[in-house]
Amino acid sequence: MVGGGLKDARAWLQERLCLGSIQKFVAHKTVPLHSATPWYFFGGITLFLFVIQVLTGILLLLYYRPTPSEAYESVQFIMTRVEFGWLIRSVHSWSANLMILSAFVHMFSVVFLHSYRRPREVTWLSGIVLLGLSLAFGFSGYLLPWNTISYFATKVGTDMAASLPWIGEPLARFLRGGEDVGGATLTRFFGFHVAVLPGAMTLFLLLHLALVQKHGISIPPKVEQEARRASKPVPEMAFFPNFFLRELMAWYAALGILGALAALFPWELGVKADPFAPAPAGIRPEWYFLAPFYTLKLLPSHVWLIEGELLGLLAFGLLGVFWALLPFWAVNRAGALRTRLVTGAGVALLSYLAVFSALGYWR
Amino acid sequence: MLWALTGATGLALWAKDSCLECHSGLSGDLQAPAVQMEHDVHARRGLGCAACHGGDPSSDDPQVSMSRARGFTGKPNRLTVPRLCARCHSDAAFMHRFQPQPRVDQYAQYMTSIHGKRIASGDSAAAVCTDCHGTHGVRAVKDPLSPVHPLRLPETCGRCHADPKHMAKYGIPTNQLAEFHKSVHWEALEKRGDLSAPSCASCHGNHGATPPGVATVAAVCGTCHILMQQLYDKSPHRPVFDAMGAAGCVVCHDNHAVLRSSPAMLSGPEAVCSRCHDATSAGGLAAAQMGAAIQKLNEALNRSRSILDEASKAGMEVSEAVMRTNDAAEALVKARVAVHAFDPKAVEQPVQEGLAAAAETYQAGADAMRERDRRRVGLGVSLIAILVTMAGLWLTIRRLESQPR
Repeated sequence: MVGGGLKDARAWLQERLCLGSIQKFVAHKTVPLHSATPWYFFGGITLFLFVIQVLTGILLLLYYRPTPSEAYESVQFIMTRVEFGWLIRSVHSWSANLMILSAFVHMFSVVFLHSYRRPREVTWLSGIVLLGLSLAFGFSGYLLPWNTISYFATKVGTDMAASLPWIGEPLARFLRGGEDVGGATLTRFFGFHVAVLPGAMTLFLLLHLALVQKHGISIPPKVEQEARRASKPVPEMAFFPNFFLRELMAWYAALGILGALAALFPWELGVKADPFAPAPAGIRPEWYFLAPFYTLKLLPSHVWLIEGELLGLLAFGLLGVFWALLPFWAVNRAGALRTRLVTGAGVALLSYLAVFSALGYWR
Repeated sequence: MLWALTGATGLALWAKDSCLECHSGLSGDLQAPAVQMEHDVHARRGLGCAACHGGDPSSDDPQVSMSRARGFTGKPNRLTVPRLCARCHSDAAFMHRFQPQPRVDQYAQYMTSIHGKRIASGDSAAAVCTDCHGTHGVRAVKDPLSPVHPLRLPETCGRCHADPKHMAKYGIPTNQLAEFHKSVHWEALEKRGDLSAPSCASCHGNHGATPPGVATVAAVCGTCHILMQQLYDKSPHRPVFDAMGAAGCVVCHDNHAVLRSSPAMLSGPEAVCSRCHDATSAGGLAAAQMGAAIQKLNEALNRSRSILDEASKAGMEVSEAVMRTNDAAEALVKARVAVHAFDPKAVEQPVQEGLAAAAETYQAGADAMRERDRRRVGLGVSLIAILVTMAGLWLTIRRLESQPR
């Protein structure tokens, strides 16, 4: 009787939601099986952490108040009075950091496995936009607890934006909602963090996922060549359930790490921001902005006739554009892939980020 | 235009200064004044050498510029230095050019001081303006390089007062500077850079420097320690000390070596009270009672701070409790102030308030530590659940992949 009811319901849904075609698509979806297959997990882990961000963010919204007089106190209230509030806030903060770390791992795995190549150029570009949006999430969310470190880090960050030629001043004023970081900035950053960025992220995430489904998972050129030489097809694994269950294991592992970090190292609240107090010593941004931050610190005040900071920002801008256009300069005019050049550029960028982030952290 | 600045004192703000021009080219002691004048507060306001030494700085001929006919006086006699400085510094109209609210009572005050009185009696070894402020390189008091800047004043006074040879003929001790260096006041000045902390001039006066008399010591200390003075004035000690001719605060706290106060001053082997009160007397018992109460609050506060610090290091959010410890710390300060009423009942009230706040904050710290332990247990259980699920998933994968397709 019950079995029959379920069958009817399933048939009803299948007819209306076209579940059959989805089932068919999933049943035929495969994942290439080779020594680098585990790197494919990082896209899914990033997505999993984003979902955690959304869920914990919604819970935080129930208590958070985005005004300079209430923001710090409301986060303090969440941490001390709300049942499991400390866990929700710590998981939100830790998962934000782990998501960005996972996104970077995913990006570099795409570079080193050369998964950006035709016809996945737009997939790569949408991924770069997603990484940029993740960094913007981090920058806007950092200010929301309205503590001393976040306040002055935002001041430094928006000051950097202000040093850009032509657009600098209006851009900084737009970000701050005035001449300096204040209540208007907090309201704006809150708006970006909970409305603008999630909207943009959802759009680009859907595009990214749709393109991944459309083009399938890329097979590294080396694996392809080996298979061609051996006149054998590249081994594959069914996406569902084989790969999906493995991905689920990776999500559980990420959840375990996240829980351990949140429980053993709860995200600290710091001291409430005082705009009239002098900036404390050792102000530095989140770890993912440390490399450019430390580089800008090393630059002299002037290089020839140009301001050092401006020159640094322009160089980072150019580097960003160059990196975003990777799929286009990764192939020569004959259409051959410049694997060594791309791998070299990837190693150089990764080394720079690792070394300068470490120097920025310890110096 | 510069001539228009000629004051009632007859001093001129010179445009040309041949004194500086010539002396800059000399060497040794003759060059030093010209070099020092670079930082001189007078020179920076246009007052040249001639303002004090007379002469005609507009002439390049030393025979003319340094002639008696042009008013050259040479090196002023030490006994006349205060009067020389006072020509300008006691002239309100002249000083008004440089400051909207000038101070012009320095000379009058100086003449009331022991230094001024000795100078007036012809003792040229007594301090004159230049001994403290310098001669040619006189800097503003707020300048950290000025010898009378709060951070440097003790050393400046000590140049004479810590010199046994200089003080020999006056028969006064020379240990004041060494004693002051042990004091809580010097600690505040030097270690914390607190320029409002007292140094020599705060108690003795600067231009009217004089040792505070027995009757005025409490008033001197009370300029900063107001509540202590008020309580002391109403206490049973005041009439007794007055009758004994004892110098109030100094009896317990010393004068130059004012050490950090502690409950040990009230009871125990180093208690200052025991100098007069037998331990079994009413006074001795009252002192011991006050000492024990303050010690109890001190320990309770330290215990609270310690557990809150531990909780904070464990990542627990205890900032509200940490803030509340300020109430206990404030109560401790009040209790220590209340000691000056020399009545255990006066100490008891702030001690009880402080103990209540300390108990509350300790409880908050202990709760935070229990919460930390609960979180760790929760984490352990969650991790086991996650590992079991992962193992289940792995077994499922193994089972799926071992089945033939």
